[in-house]
Amino acid sequence: MALATLFYLGDNRGKMAWLSCERVFWEFLLSLDRKAHWRPTATLETLVQRAKLLSHLRAHFVATGAIEVDVPVLAESCVSDLHIDCLQTSVNDSVQYLQSSPEYYMKRLLAYGCGSIYYLGKAFRDGEVGPRHNPEFTMLEWYRPGWDEHQLMSEVAALLSPLIADLNTVTYSYGQVFEEATGLDPHVADLVAVQEYASDLSGSSFAQESRSTCLDLIFSLAVEPTLQDGLVFVHDYPACQSALARVDTNSCGRQVARRFEAFLNRMELANGYYELTDPVEQKNRFLEDMRLRKSAGKSEPPVDEKLLAALSHGLPGCAGVALGVDRLLMQLLKLDTIAESMPFAQGVMSDGR
Amino acid sequence: MANYSTNEFRSGLKVMLDGDPCSIVENEFVKPGKGQAFNRVRLRNLKTGRVWERTFKSGDSLEGADVTDRDMQYLYNDGEYWHFMEPDTFEQHQADAKIVGDAAQWLREQDTVIVTLYNGAPLSVMPPNHVELEIVETDPGLKGDTAQGGTKPATLATGAVVKVPLFLNIGDVVRVDTRTGEYLSRA
Repeated sequence: MALATLFYLGDNRGKMAWLSCERVFWEFLLSLDRKAHWRPTATLETLVQRAKLLSHLRAHFVATGAIEVDVPVLAESCVSDLHIDCLQTSVNDSVQYLQSSPEYYMKRLLAYGCGSIYYLGKAFRDGEVGPRHNPEFTMLEWYRPGWDEHQLMSEVAALLSPLIADLNTVTYSYGQVFEEATGLDPHVADLVAVQEYASDLSGSSFAQESRSTCLDLIFSLAVEPTLQDGLVFVHDYPACQSALARVDTNSCGRQVARRFEAFLNRMELANGYYELTDPVEQKNRFLEDMRLRKSAGKSEPPVDEKLLAALSHGLPGCAGVALGVDRLLMQLLKLDTIAESMPFAQGVMSDGR
Repeated sequence: MANYSTNEFRSGLKVMLDGDPCSIVENEFVKPGKGQAFNRVRLRNLKTGRVWERTFKSGDSLEGADVTDRDMQYLYNDGEYWHFMEPDTFEQHQADAKIVGDAAQWLREQDTVIVTLYNGAPLSVMPPNHVELEIVETDPGLKGDTAQGGTKPATLATGAVVKVPLFLNIGDVVRVDTRTGEYLSRA
């Protein structure tokens, strides 16, 4: 290492380093850090807490009659969502995808008559790296046949409350939190008004962007920071953000997605649906996703025909939710980055590693 | 210049924004689970020094800015322009008061400074972090006050005024941190 430092200082670009003692010192610190690169990104104490959390989650489902299903992470098709890019790999000379969620496999099991099921394992998303994102992460996903999203929200609260003392839990509709923070009704506000609000907030032009993109921006930048401490459920999403949830008319006569998100201390933790079971509607959404992916210049992975066939066979009415386990651990242990919650992360640590 | 996508934004990358060259300070990835991903970016406008915060859709790109930092020798000030020379090529550059800014008070002829060039012309000047300069004007030193740590203003050879300990006199050379304007020691 010392030799490498000398070599670095000896070459031409190294001349700059001599100009400032601090720069040399900084280089030295970095070279020390590189020596530690084999170590885990989580501390030993965090790893112990992580193991305890995983057993708590499994114990909850054992006690409430759900069976664990360790469905594959590799499949010939993948999610069609415009905003989720799957990692692609080659298996026996054919293209396969690392799954961004176990949802499609789990729905095939539900159609097969499995009853309540849960998955606790890895999920993958390309291009997602940041203080709250790692391309490979641990997801807890579960389904309850015969339930709707409100029953499932109660179960999320029951799952988390033993982990956090005096957990404060509140529930709002998307329209309510959005309007309180911005003065705009997200369901009916004029598109131009929404675009202008997004442009002002971002400092960039959102004049050409869709309602959904503008709502995503405003919610992330202006609404999320106003949520209170503790567990906050937001439900009845705008119909344009339904993903795989049913769309219904709410009590105010507005079209809403039967979808909810859970935020823990303002961090997005879980996303759930009263699941869409109609195979025709599902196929239309797949095709619409593909159209959007094509116009955005993104890859168009094959539609999951086996999922559509399972839906045609009959998916029982059910609610399902996916929860980020690494993020939950971040909140429980007050960690600054997701990397510190994982044994080995690809993301960037708060100290720059 | 090449275009850089949000996923290539690193601290220190120089890009064009609203017609001005900027240096990226921070780039944070923000993404709702089921929605559009964004990058919240903090950029320093290299012309004004002000920091802007902008949010872009992930995958958007900005044009790179032709900005480079060069070590140059400060030559002289002709009353209107400060003149600098590249030590390898002897190429000279001139910069006005707007560009030199606060750095002017630390510039001593022959010293090496960092000149930031934008499209080949000076954009800003950074003096060395520490300079050694002679005191040209200060009240006479007071005997017996050395232990109490009092200070007095002193004007240095380049015109900068810094607070120095009471025992220093005209002709003494002091070491100063140019980032804070604070006296460090006798040289």
